[in-house]
Amino acid sequence: MAKVDFKIWRGDAKGGGYQDFSTDVTEGMVVLDSVHQIQAESANDLACRWNCKAGKCGSCSAEVNGHPRLMCMMRMDEVLAETPKGAPVTIQPMKAFPVVKDLVTDVSSNFEIKKKIKPFKPRKPDAEDGTWRMVQEDVDRVQEFRKCIECFLCQDVCHVLREHSLHDEFIGPRFLVYAAALEMHPLDTEDRTTELKNAHGIGYCNITKCCTNVCPEHITITDNAIIPLKERVVDKHYDPLGKLWRWIHGTEKEANDQQ
Amino acid sequence: MANGQASLSDTGFGKTMRRDAWWVQPLLTFLGLSAFIVYSTWRAFYGQHFLAVEGGTNYLSPFFSPIVYFHDLPGLSADLKGALAAHAWLGTMPGWVPHWVSPAFLILWAPAGFRFTCYYYRGAYYKAFWADPINCSVSEPRDNYRGEQKFPLIFQNIHRYFFYVAAVFIFILGYDAWQGMWFVAEDGDRKFGLGIGSLVLWGNVILLGGYTFGCHSFRHLIGGGINKLSKAPVRSKCYECVGCLNAKHMIWAWCSLVWVGFTDLYVWMCASGTWTDFRFF
Repeated sequence: MAKVDFKIWRGDAKGGGYQDFSTDVTEGMVVLDSVHQIQAESANDLACRWNCKAGKCGSCSAEVNGHPRLMCMMRMDEVLAETPKGAPVTIQPMKAFPVVKDLVTDVSSNFEIKKKIKPFKPRKPDAEDGTWRMVQEDVDRVQEFRKCIECFLCQDVCHVLREHSLHDEFIGPRFLVYAAALEMHPLDTEDRTTELKNAHGIGYCNITKCCTNVCPEHITITDNAIIPLKERVVDKHYDPLGKLWRWIHGTEKEANDQQ
Repeated sequence: MANGQASLSDTGFGKTMRRDAWWVQPLLTFLGLSAFIVYSTWRAFYGQHFLAVEGGTNYLSPFFSPIVYFHDLPGLSADLKGALAAHAWLGTMPGWVPHWVSPAFLILWAPAGFRFTCYYYRGAYYKAFWADPINCSVSEPRDNYRGEQKFPLIFQNIHRYFFYVAAVFIFILGYDAWQGMWFVAEDGDRKFGLGIGSLVLWGNVILLGGYTFGCHSFRHLIGGGINKLSKAPVRSKCYECVGCLNAKHMIWAWCSLVWVGFTDLYVWMCASGTWTDFRFF
């Protein structure tokens, strides 16, 4: 057992600052355990959101030592290993979202963004009973994106939102993953590329892969979702030769139907 | 308990709560890319010793391949002049072209454009050269941001066109590597052989091939753009193979960058007589 110093951000929408705490850390504890212990010992009114404590609900997102992380999945021994000797472990709320209180942020804007994306529009059913037939190979790619737990760490670390607050012009990595899951689905017939280019601002992503690095579900956000969507936007808006080629070969309509 | 005054809205270049050495990665990228840019630019201006014919070798530097024109400079040996003429697509450079315009200037735009618009490099140099951001969760020096949504970086979307050209270059460099296995014997005939230089040239082709054919644009074109891959089994298999290369795109990018520079250095050293190529057979 060892005494560990913490610096936890406390405040609300009006402002706040870091407050120092100290608590015992034992083997196997995660950051969320430490926060709960601090709540119990010295700050009963310290607010933090949590639910499953198993890395599946995406509630306890915060920034630990400056890295956006799930507090329930970050072991204290790993945190202490990266913390300089004598320095406190810092915990702060996600910077890209408005603070409600202490470590709790208002992530509701994300659900509004989601409503702007064209929903799933399947082709006509394959069978008379109203069902479809799909090949596993065709849905493998999409299934990676379905692992998302909506912790919004990717939105938090994305510098377009975090540093430049372009929430109205850029939907962010989480929703590019969501759009990719719809866009690449073998049954979907909707075309979202024009919206991705204009209203959803995919061009704001400059591929720094910060979102991929923080994803607790290890979704390869940049390489498997965002870049393929960028390429689909190129197909439709920036590649006249490709368009001509598809038109000559009569695959343009097919490509449109596909998308 | 003590209260600190730091606010979440604090910004300013380099501000972060990260405790790790976040500056190392962009610094290494900056140094690595800068070194390559300086070296390759200097080599293009230097414009000599790019074809090694010493000891019967026929090694052409990838910085100068393909040779479209060559300068018929006084002092070129007969062997070198003959070899240059054999490689050059259009013979000698017109007399009005200044000597500092080496054959490299006619072709380097293609691989340079391919790397400049490459998805991996974009992410890397936006961090290292533009600090946009300098690293994840670290504050930036500027408030305004246009990304690739607007001019000028919207032109990054032409990457696939550079890919088409870069793919052709792989076959040209493969041809050069094959030519580099035919050595001029004492009787003047060409004989098949293998030297260290041959291995260096083939290594360059393999690494550049791994980088080029692992390109994100190629991955999209070969199969990523279609949603029912099961109906296109050949493209599906190709997509899988390209995906394997693509998963290590950063590694391929750096290895091929270093090796193409070393290949040029090796040819330069052999051509200038500083190093002697070892022949296995």
